Amino acid sequence: MEAAGNPFADPGLPPHEHRQQDIDERAARRSERTIALLFTVSMLATVAFIASYVAFPVDRIIYVFPLGHISALNFSLGLTLGIALFTIGAGAVHWARTLMSDVEVADERHPIEAAPEVKAKVLEDFAAGAAESGFGRRKLARNTLFGALTLVPLAGLVLLRDLGPLPQDKLRHTKWGKGKRLMNYNTMLALRPEDIAVGSLTFAMPEGMKESDHDFQTQIAKAALMLVRLQPENIKDKRELDWSHDGIVAFSKICTHVGCPINLYEQQTHHVLCPCHQSTFDLSDGGRVIFGPAGHALPQLRIGVNKDGYLEAKGDFAEPVGPAFWERG
Amino acid sequence: MSTATETQRGRKAPAGERVADWADGRLGVYSLAKANMRKIFPDHWSFMLGEVALYSFIIIILTGVYLTLFFHPSMEEVVYHGPYVPMQGVRMSEAFASTLDISFEVRGGLLIRQIHHWAALIFLAAMLVHMMRVFFTGAFRKPREINWLFGFLLFFLGMLTGFTGYSLPDDLLSGTGLRFIEGVFLSIPVVGTYISMFVFGGEFPGMDLIPRLYPVHVLLLPGIMLGLLVAHLILVFYHKHTQYPGPGKTEKNVVGMPLLPVYMAKAGGFFFLVFGVIAILSAVATINPIWAIGPYRPDQVSTGAQPDWYMGFAEGLVRVMPGWEINAWGHTLVLGVFIPIVLFPLVLFAIGVYPFIESWITGDKREHHILDRPRNAPTRTAFGVAWLTAYLVMLVGGGNDLWATSFHLSINSITWFVRIGFFAGPVLAFIVTKRICLGLQRRDKDKVLHGRETGIIKRLPHGEFIEVHQPLSQEDLHKLTQHEQPEPYEVGPAEDENGVRRKIKGSQKLRAKLSKGYYGEDNVIPKPTAEEYKEITSGHGHH
Repeated sequence: MEAAGNPFADPGLPPHEHRQQDIDERAARRSERTIALLFTVSMLATVAFIASYVAFPVDRIIYVFPLGHISALNFSLGLTLGIALFTIGAGAVHWARTLMSDVEVADERHPIEAAPEVKAKVLEDFAAGAAESGFGRRKLARNTLFGALTLVPLAGLVLLRDLGPLPQDKLRHTKWGKGKRLMNYNTMLALRPEDIAVGSLTFAMPEGMKESDHDFQTQIAKAALMLVRLQPENIKDKRELDWSHDGIVAFSKICTHVGCPINLYEQQTHHVLCPCHQSTFDLSDGGRVIFGPAGHALPQLRIGVNKDGYLEAKGDFAEPVGPAFWERG
Repeated sequence: MSTATETQRGRKAPAGERVADWADGRLGVYSLAKANMRKIFPDHWSFMLGEVALYSFIIIILTGVYLTLFFHPSMEEVVYHGPYVPMQGVRMSEAFASTLDISFEVRGGLLIRQIHHWAALIFLAAMLVHMMRVFFTGAFRKPREINWLFGFLLFFLGMLTGFTGYSLPDDLLSGTGLRFIEGVFLSIPVVGTYISMFVFGGEFPGMDLIPRLYPVHVLLLPGIMLGLLVAHLILVFYHKHTQYPGPGKTEKNVVGMPLLPVYMAKAGGFFFLVFGVIAILSAVATINPIWAIGPYRPDQVSTGAQPDWYMGFAEGLVRVMPGWEINAWGHTLVLGVFIPIVLFPLVLFAIGVYPFIESWITGDKREHHILDRPRNAPTRTAFGVAWLTAYLVMLVGGGNDLWATSFHLSINSITWFVRIGFFAGPVLAFIVTKRICLGLQRRDKDKVLHGRETGIIKRLPHGEFIEVHQPLSQEDLHKLTQHEQPEPYEVGPAEDENGVRRKIKGSQKLRAKLSKGYYGEDNVIPKPTAEEYKEITSGHGHH
């Protein structure tokens, strides 16, 4: 195989080629000085790190080209720490590459598998151990053990029950209800029809919700509402028209895909877009999905005007808001 | 008993030796050192990728411990009164407020936060690239399949740990990510709403999630990962490192330099290099500026919302999936969310179990320590590139809004491009890669038989111009011809020697077919034989 006849035979490890540092002590000493310089720079950088920590107030902002206005402390600490660490690494690697031996040597490999006699011994030991245990013969003991080991994890499983409440109909209800006024989301003032301008997206929440409420986040996650004013003749969907007031339509702000709040409105087309996964809904056509991964239309809230001239809800959403789920139906 | 600590002349041994003796008596360190201190590691730049992953993991642990000293994993609402003016008077969770404190009040806190986050991104990237190196060189073959699985699990758990980590500050971006998770839970048939209620402790977002994610992020997941990492490294030592083919390198040896001193210095030094680069990066490049994003409110969102890059693949699947929902018998099957979320781990697991599939197809049960040059395993290489193509196409899908705004493209056409590209791209990549591999094999064969093109043009006495080819060195000849070209697996004749029909299982036929795809005639360029080489170089057929 390895005879002269084979032109592709392995010639074996190539002979070691000396580096400058291997044969010239002056070159080696130059390398040593470089390494020492790098380690010295590291020491200085650590001192500079501590100095920066003491010197710069935490709120000092400086201008550094081309980074812009940045925190002086973060910049100086990061830079000095980075240099202190990097130069240790550079010194060590340079040491390894120039001064430590670079002679390649070969280690032998041994097969991972055990020798046949080892395997035989192990199997024999195992058979002896298994026989002594009676695991195969004492079937009653064995099977009840299996039964016990299968059941005992149930204790742990049961303990998980109190992680949370059962879903019941929680996902079907929001804070909206008959007669609840629509509060402007920024000013927290009740909205009148004339507050809803053509071409703008207005956000609202139900009357009686306060940011400081303990469950505000949970409630707003379902109740968030958006309003737009359309020309009534542009509303294509019959039910949408019935549930609107003077061209003002109210839809859930929570995307029916995975629950991101919708915040982009195309005035001309009356499309709204969820910025997370780009589901697009047509607000002039019952909130129908026209593009993207959402699976069903945005729920509409039926609105009207109360005797004082404020917009109010005529009830809760008729269907669950937000993403679909198994029980939604 | 004093012989261990004293030399024969009765002189007391040096202090270091005495300490080592003490340790040896209790831990057996001498035997350990005998096997490992001068262990040989081969040298190649690509072996450094796994080290980057290892060191960034260590950096993440170090900085993460520091962050736990200041972070409050609580969703109790507070009104901010700290030094960051734009947020003063804003309601936020304690988790968000304490993240602001880390960024603006703890000196160096911002740096550590940024190092932690940068290191996490680099950790995941390094693992993926390291995995690709192992994949394309066939380093996952026996005896290293288990270690490939450990590495794969580290990658997968790394993604989860990263996700739980960037969710902790409870900022508007990460909260939106958690809402997405709620939608994912809800899409699970039958038990979805229950899982959601149990995980969030009620309705989304509730008050329990951050305090629950916290131990998962700082203890449970990193604990498992640390265990896997140690096992991964023990196996690397135990199997000894693979090596690229070359002169003097065989399946029975490992050629390189010893751990002490060369790799102690190189690998140890490399830790500091990685740490240094990440520290400088964190000094100059802001990452996850939660103060600019603001605290989470379920009714607010920012545009251009993106997960960290390693979640981009899952994000892409979710974005481009059509919104299929099936309503029947009062129930809803939310396929539009459920399919992508099942597909996400499945696509990853396809690469995770690949070693076992390949060894079944090829029937190769031998140990391999010499790495494949990717061109010499065209089908595997093509599969890997196809997988990467699917991954990258979905990364584009995950950022479809950014692609649209940056390149002034229609979001609809990008989405359609990704939908089609996810299926067509890998097929195309597979075919192209395979052809490139076979082309490179042909070039290797050419080089072996005809030598290297020198670029020197020579005019012969009768006027013909030829290019001078220089024969390859013995080292190169060996390197280009050392690989094996196994025969494909055959089912065997349909009838045995007595003319009785043999039972051939469907799986055997499939295996034979796939095996042909690896080693069949069309999938390999026969490497030059010694006879061909002698024929050509003996002078009969010149140039």
